[in-house]
Amino acid sequence: MSLPTSPRARMHGGITPPGNKQQSLRHPIRRLPLPPQLIVPVEQRGEPLPELLVSVGDRVEQGQCLARGRGERAVSSHAPAAGVVTDIGTQPLPDDQAGGLTCVTIATAPSTASTRCLPPLDPARCGSEILLQRLRDAGITGLGGAGFPTHTKVLAAIGRVETLIVNATECEPFITADAALLQERVDDVLRGASLLLQITGASRCLIGIQDDEPAAIASLQAALADARFQLCVLPARYPHGAEALLVHVLTGKEVLMGRPAIDYGVLCHNPATLHAVARAVLHGEPLISRVMTLTGAALRDPGNYDVLIGTPVATALQACGLDEWQHSRSLAGGPLLGVELQQATVPLTKTSNCILATTEAELPRPPPPQPCIRCGLCADVCPVRLLPQQLHWFSRSGELDKAAAHHLEDCIDCGACAYVCPSAIPLVQQFRLAKTRLAEQRIRQQQADLARERFEAHQARVANQQRLDEQRRHERAALLQRKQAEAAARAQAVNTVTPASTPSPQDVIAAALARVQARKAAKLAAAPTALPPEGEAPP
Amino acid sequence: MSSRVTASSPHMHLGHGTSQVMQLVLLATVPGFTALFFCFGWGVLFNLLWVPACAVACEAVVLKLRRRPPLATLCDCSALLTGVLLAAALPPTAPWWLGLLGSGLAIVLAKQLYGGLGFNPFNPAMVGYAALLLAFPVEMTRWLLPRDVGDALPDFVTALGLFLGQETLTPIDAYTGATALTLFREELGGQTVAEFWQSSPVLGHWSGTGWEWVNGGFLLGGLFLLYRRVIGWQIPVTLLGALALLATLFHDGGSSASHGPPLLHLFGGASMFGAFFIATDPVTAATSARGRLVYGALIGSVIFCLRAFSSYPDGVAFAVLLGNFAVPFIDRCTQPRVRGQQK
Repeated sequence: MSLPTSPRARMHGGITPPGNKQQSLRHPIRRLPLPPQLIVPVEQRGEPLPELLVSVGDRVEQGQCLARGRGERAVSSHAPAAGVVTDIGTQPLPDDQAGGLTCVTIATAPSTASTRCLPPLDPARCGSEILLQRLRDAGITGLGGAGFPTHTKVLAAIGRVETLIVNATECEPFITADAALLQERVDDVLRGASLLLQITGASRCLIGIQDDEPAAIASLQAALADARFQLCVLPARYPHGAEALLVHVLTGKEVLMGRPAIDYGVLCHNPATLHAVARAVLHGEPLISRVMTLTGAALRDPGNYDVLIGTPVATALQACGLDEWQHSRSLAGGPLLGVELQQATVPLTKTSNCILATTEAELPRPPPPQPCIRCGLCADVCPVRLLPQQLHWFSRSGELDKAAAHHLEDCIDCGACAYVCPSAIPLVQQFRLAKTRLAEQRIRQQQADLARERFEAHQARVANQQRLDEQRRHERAALLQRKQAEAAARAQAVNTVTPASTPSPQDVIAAALARVQARKAAKLAAAPTALPPEGEAPP
Repeated sequence: MSSRVTASSPHMHLGHGTSQVMQLVLLATVPGFTALFFCFGWGVLFNLLWVPACAVACEAVVLKLRRRPPLATLCDCSALLTGVLLAAALPPTAPWWLGLLGSGLAIVLAKQLYGGLGFNPFNPAMVGYAALLLAFPVEMTRWLLPRDVGDALPDFVTALGLFLGQETLTPIDAYTGATALTLFREELGGQTVAEFWQSSPVLGHWSGTGWEWVNGGFLLGGLFLLYRRVIGWQIPVTLLGALALLATLFHDGGSSASHGPPLLHLFGGASMFGAFFIATDPVTAATSARGRLVYGALIGSVIFCLRAFSSYPDGVAFAVLLGNFAVPFIDRCTQPRVRGQQK
């Protein structure tokens, strides 16, 4: 039993939407019946294609490794259930709109064989490398948000963090997966946290949780015995769960925009990931299932379910008693950050923490937007202290530079502004568009800058070449002149050394004239004795 | 992959609309109007019915001309609210054409020509009021003596006559008189404030007779708006604070050079109405919380300066318009520090 510590800072703004958490907390965590088909993603975004260990037609056992990642950050994937591989190809996933990732499709068959596990490890006798390699081999990625590979995140934190933060603040309405996990499997979560403390060398663990989940708080308080662990109960307020905000609230350190929390000596993980870490290390279980909330007014039996990775959304919802008539749309995630599913055939992945099958009455679509009256409610609730009404103005009129000057890029997409806007303006949606445009503009600007630099470099090279050519020409001319001068000087030198041997031009001319005169005189002397020849004029 | 367009998050909305905001403000004017009606009689009611009707009609005509769907826009109640606020500002002796002209100026000139709701840099009701004050100073400053002062309030027929502009039939001068602020702006005649207070029946407990009730009514409505979080505390508090501070400084201990005690200013003229209903108009006010502090203080100071040193007895309209002018500058200088940015 430990007493909760108080938060070190307050989040600015935030909203308190109706929690809607009790619907999914009525029952303990249940298992869904074995789905007939599983679509297991084996590729990771931004990583090279994995090395496939199975091919179409192969029979696989539960827990068998399907693919091994090739990249530094890639993890392995495993068969969630026994069956036969029927297809390997690109499949759409819930969290992305364009394209998909390579998935292995398995037609499941009941099997009596036990799950294929890796050998359990004794953390006391293992070094960090072995433990991290285990996380890779067991396919552990972040189960909270972006699905970042856990071993990479932990590796970067080794020796650099003193605090591990367990982000148990499920601040979004409807989602209770982490709360259910903390109620029923709190020991494994804490074991996972201890393992990460051991690997990273962090000295304490702060568990952030909101006061709207009292059962999970009670369970945590009962389980906490280690003095390194501290519980911090926050008032229920969205978006406490955003990592940078939670780090600020729990530690008082204000994480600068774009810097990872690790730079501030903090490593953040959510309870589901820690649970998976503990199962992988201590029991050798690969990550083949996760606890997720299947809820919404369109389900007759909402609750938290232990779902095999790769279960198609439609199968899962049907198992919970989907009311097709009432059902208006399904969201992957909560109502504030979730993505509306375009088709129900997509599989549930490691990052799916909630599917909200809702009705029009429960989550009505927003009314048509009205003009902004600059009431400032959006600025009051913005956890980043932006001025959304100004950003709205700028992004509407395409003044992206002004929007950037008002820190558009610091927006964390939480949607609190759009939630409170009395004019129902889709503010955060506009900001996303403006941010994309701004990023495009930045890229274009960079390209233009690069092109200009290249051009200027080219101009400089040409000018330099010209200068060099000119210089060389001058040098060559100077060399020539010098050579001629040298030659002349040499000739002069020869002259001065033997003046007698080389008569001066005047002497030569005088000598030649004298010779001519002498010849003439000789001719004149011979003339009276010999007649001139016929036709020849007398001289 | 289907080509159906899906909305991006958030998929949840608080569900409070702009029209609800306007309706709450309308509701909050009830105590103020009750006091006005009690103190100044039927003329208030005629204004209250006539001016908003004109405002809504003007809005409908302009929307038609701008080819916008009139009904959807009229339902936001903003034109109605502008009309009601202008009606509260007009004197109860105002003839019908004054209200029509004022609401036309407010809606067409100050609002729709700038692009409609949300795009107007100046408070429409105050533009209408200020334009009327400049163009028709006699009609606009002809306030009735409140109930219990002077003879009696005009009865229904007389008030209707005034409203219809039949001044020849109804001798208006019998009913009108200087307001408390006007009295104090003119010389105290060598008397101290206390002596002056004794001698004038227009002065009540803290401020002008009747006017203290009117201001009390609008204060009550304003507190309701604060409670419902329709408006923030920043503008009313700093506006009234600046006004009270300056009034205290220039009170001069109640000597004959006094510009009147602080309570006279807080509960006189349009102070409470301006502080809670006019300056808080979000469209034309400063944006950030800090900016609103500056904006409110600026308006409060200008109100006092106009009352004390200009030729107008009250200056709320001009002060608010001046504040509107200053808004872009205030906004520029009071941007909050964004979280995660270097200090």
